[in-house]
Amino acid sequence: MKKNKDFVPSKKNISDEEIKKQSQFKEFIKRLAGNKLALFGGIVFLILCLIAIFADKIAMYDYLEVDIANKYAPISREHLLGTDQYGRDIFSRVIYGGRWSLTLGLASTVLSTFLGIIVGSIAGYFGGVVDNVIMRIIDIVQCLPGILLTICIATVMGNTFGGTIFAMSFGGIWGTARMLRGQILTVRKQEYVEAARATNNSSPRIILKYVLPNSIQPIIINACMGVGGAIMGASSLSFLGLGVQPPLPEWGAMLNDARSVMRYYPNVMIAPLIFISLTVLAVSLFGDGLRDALDPRQID
Amino acid sequence: MGTLVEVRDLKKYFNTPRGQLHAVDNVNMKFEEGTTMGVVGESGCGKSTLARTIIHLHEPTKGQILYQGQDVTYPTRKELPALREKMQIIFQDPYMTLNPRYTVEDTLKEPLVLSGEYKAGHALDKQISKLMDMVGISKRLRMAYPHELSGGRRQRVGIGRSLAMNPKFIACDEPVSALDVSIQAQIINLLMDLQEEYKLTYMFVTHDMSVVRHISHNISVMYLGQLVETSPSKELFDKPLHPYTKALISAIPSTDIDHPKKRIELKGELMSPVNPKPGCRFLPRCPYATEACRAPQQLEEVLPGHLVSCCRVKEINKDLLQKEGE
Repeated sequence: MKKNKDFVPSKKNISDEEIKKQSQFKEFIKRLAGNKLALFGGIVFLILCLIAIFADKIAMYDYLEVDIANKYAPISREHLLGTDQYGRDIFSRVIYGGRWSLTLGLASTVLSTFLGIIVGSIAGYFGGVVDNVIMRIIDIVQCLPGILLTICIATVMGNTFGGTIFAMSFGGIWGTARMLRGQILTVRKQEYVEAARATNNSSPRIILKYVLPNSIQPIIINACMGVGGAIMGASSLSFLGLGVQPPLPEWGAMLNDARSVMRYYPNVMIAPLIFISLTVLAVSLFGDGLRDALDPRQID
Repeated sequence: MGTLVEVRDLKKYFNTPRGQLHAVDNVNMKFEEGTTMGVVGESGCGKSTLARTIIHLHEPTKGQILYQGQDVTYPTRKELPALREKMQIIFQDPYMTLNPRYTVEDTLKEPLVLSGEYKAGHALDKQISKLMDMVGISKRLRMAYPHELSGGRRQRVGIGRSLAMNPKFIACDEPVSALDVSIQAQIINLLMDLQEEYKLTYMFVTHDMSVVRHISHNISVMYLGQLVETSPSKELFDKPLHPYTKALISAIPSTDIDHPKKRIELKGELMSPVNPKPGCRFLPRCPYATEACRAPQQLEEVLPGHLVSCCRVKEINKDLLQKEGE
């Protein structure tokens, strides 16, 4: 029999250290840093978080400081963005508001995505009866109006911060689960999953190492888009008297307060609006970059 | 050398909305240690299903799978890992069989670690390097992702992954069908070298007659889930006995311009593999079909080591068999 002559070993002697150097995490960071938009999004988001954390150092007034005589004050040196209907400083309130809004938006999105991934991957990977049962439950839950569901859960859980987060995330679980299940159904049929079974991988390991990494991309994007929605959702809850209660300066609640006077004092509305938009934009850009950076196929 | 793997009356049915699909039906096969059994047949005849059933990616519907004489048809959860280490598979499409998020190192490392023989460390690194050497992937590609490799290299990684567990039996499910002809030769030579060195037993599934002739010691021909003929490789090409095999062999393009082969053209349609009638499955397309063919067919040893499943085999091949008898 012929010896296999076609393979010529590389002449250069490359040491193992040299190959090891390009670790996967470093590659990931390099790809992420190379994406200018993602970097911009990440930095803006970081700044927003820092503003919220150090709100007491930045704000000139307390967010609860009422000055009725000075209500709807225009933009001035004393009040950088004017005051609202109780004469509270809008700039200070918006700065403090990040503490509630960002936490609510992020925590509920993370929670709903996490639960959605668990439900979706179980349904998608095991298929058959398990899939059928889970999907029918999702169908039923998705038939109910989302806001109604959130109100019900928020009422049951009480007006705690944790309860609000869970109530907000509950509606998002199902869409994520359904989306992931669809992705998994296509990935599951791939031969590399079969190859993984043939090399003695356990089911949880196959889900974690083979199926999820190859089907997670739309989920990341979906979650990043969801942060903005969650912040707005939180405001609807507080409008209905659940969730974050006035007079806490949550951004959505501030928007609601400003609604009635929008035509006469637009400055009251613009400040929280800009902050919400900035957050959504920053998170979306960063999420987009994150998705690309996580995919080794994107580098050339 | 003895028989390493044997299947007896193996059946694999799939339930479909229209009825039971008989993908593999009553197949008997013996894989002698250190040899290659080629399995040929047209698309959808159940060759891949057979391979996947033997290495326990599908659960057999009925029948027996023996490994070194022991019944391993329905292994328990505890037995399965050890069995998988002995029986491995190489897949057809190297673009689909590697996890896009695994580097070459990850792909080769996984079976080594999962087998429990290696823990992270120097020994593991060395074993990965050794595997890469064995299948001919240069060191610099260790951290490469599948999308950065060519088809041939990917297939080498796939072969390396199968070899990592140190198997005795490898089911090759059309391992070269997706590759260029020049690369096909490389991969086949690699497989043959590995067989020689590690005394591997191959089940080589393909639809390419020239490839199977080159690599196989024995060849089995399948038609619609059933085994119709099995024989030593050379004899099958010289003396095909079953009407289907005759047609198959006659379809190989000839390069001899002075003696053009007469091509047997098959007419008629393939039978549906869903709820098939008893009797010969080749009947609707067979030029020799009679009423007797409607009865179930038995695999019969016509010449030494040459088994055919056709009730009219002796009539059809009268001249040929008479010559043999003299």
